[in-house]
Amino acid sequence: MGTHDSFNLNFAKPSEQVVPEFVPEVKTFSVSEVNRMVRDWIREGFPSFIWVEGEVSRVKIHSSGHMYFVLKDENASVSAVMFRSARSRLKFELKHGMQVLCLVRVDLYEREGKFQFYIEDIHPKGIGALELAFRQLKEKLEKEGLFREELKRPIPYLPRTVGVITSPTGAAIRDIIKVISRRFPGVNILLYPVRVQGEGACDEIARAIDDINEHFADEVDVLIVGRGGGSIEDLWAFNEEVVARAISRSKIPIISAVGHEIDFTIADFVADKRAPTPSAGAELAVPDRGELISHLNHLLSRLLLILRHRWDDVKWRIERIGKSRAFLEPKYKLEQRVQLLDSLLEKMAVELCNRLDKSRLQLKHLAGKLDVLSPLRTLARGYAIVYKEKKVVRLSTQLSVRDRVTIRFADGEVNAEVVKDGKNNERQQYLF
Amino acid sequence: MERTMKDSNTSFEDALKRLEEIVAELEDGEVPLEDSLKLYEEGISLYRFCMAKLNELQGKIEVLLKEIDSTFVRKDFSIEDVGED
Repeated sequence: MGTHDSFNLNFAKPSEQVVPEFVPEVKTFSVSEVNRMVRDWIREGFPSFIWVEGEVSRVKIHSSGHMYFVLKDENASVSAVMFRSARSRLKFELKHGMQVLCLVRVDLYEREGKFQFYIEDIHPKGIGALELAFRQLKEKLEKEGLFREELKRPIPYLPRTVGVITSPTGAAIRDIIKVISRRFPGVNILLYPVRVQGEGACDEIARAIDDINEHFADEVDVLIVGRGGGSIEDLWAFNEEVVARAISRSKIPIISAVGHEIDFTIADFVADKRAPTPSAGAELAVPDRGELISHLNHLLSRLLLILRHRWDDVKWRIERIGKSRAFLEPKYKLEQRVQLLDSLLEKMAVELCNRLDKSRLQLKHLAGKLDVLSPLRTLARGYAIVYKEKKVVRLSTQLSVRDRVTIRFADGEVNAEVVKDGKNNERQQYLF
Repeated sequence: MERTMKDSNTSFEDALKRLEEIVAELEDGEVPLEDSLKLYEEGISLYRFCMAKLNELQGKIEVLLKEIDSTFVRKDFSIEDVGED
């Protein structure tokens, strides 16, 4: 209150004032002149900039981009304006009730004869400006639902081309190329070079995401957006809203790969997948070709084993049928066939075992030779399968006279009708 | 057969999944013989398809250069071009 008192000392208190008579000859001032005098007096009386601490109230952002608010304490308030250019440098959003420290130029708004604070910079109290900006944007985008799990696009299993948005000269691109070349040298890499720090970097990154989506969506299956480690200021572009929005509207799945393990950016929350480092991003983007090949060969060897077991099973069943009374009569015929099948299966089993024992690398060559072992070949040798209503007929007792059946041969199918049922044990012609 | 890249991309994963299913199903032993014939055939062709996919990719590394007229030019990019930070 000291300043108020000293300020008032220059003027007489209204009660003590002797109001002079109106004398037309005395020099008069225009309102503008008085305003200008007050303005000059204020400008002379204050340093160019002072730091003022207070609470923010009634924040309004005009369509011009200028921001108006009131800075106050318990006893007083002053209107404040922050022009667009200064405001654009402000990372966080100024909100009602915030305690702040403002870099202020005190001046008169001449048009209304009102003194104002012209704000050049604002620092939140008790927290870093960047930290606050990060929290605010995170909260805002979270509320909008940009981080929702169901929005996350799946990262493709085997991308043809990995798009990379990063600096062409940074450590990130080098790491990404190294990892992809090691894991899967066949995958294409398409680099969209951008600046990853400094003024305007965020706009370049956002533009790059949009460009790739617009022009290269047919080709690029997954995008890695990132950079190597650095200070919070260095990584800041990835905390900007433009980047978050661009990631969010991308049709191509995006892996964020910014900084080191401990660095979390807004981009990480919006991205479909967060990688702790650029190298890890590359690992998420492409599978390990060697692992995939051995997995496939393992599946193939299992398939071969199953086939062998199935044949053993078939052989056993045929033998069982052969021993049944129904086949005693024409046994010689059947025995011939079983014998043939037996030797065939024996050969196959030996062959299979030998091959399975060999290294996995050789297994892929087996695929081509497998045709030899295919049950279809059995059909080619003169065996046939009988179907009744799309189901295989395994036993003669399943058929009665006038049943319509389909017989599958190697070269196609025929329809047939049962003319004699199995009660007199003479229907083996339908079984093979 | 010409496929779009997206197709080939998703179908590799689908084919691999299907192959895994087939192997699991056959190992289950519940499949009747005639169905296992079909599954077996399918499994082999899926295996071949996957192997072909793993072998067909090119491995080009390119950098995009944006022209003044907003069109893009592609240039080969090598890791040697990358300087230290």
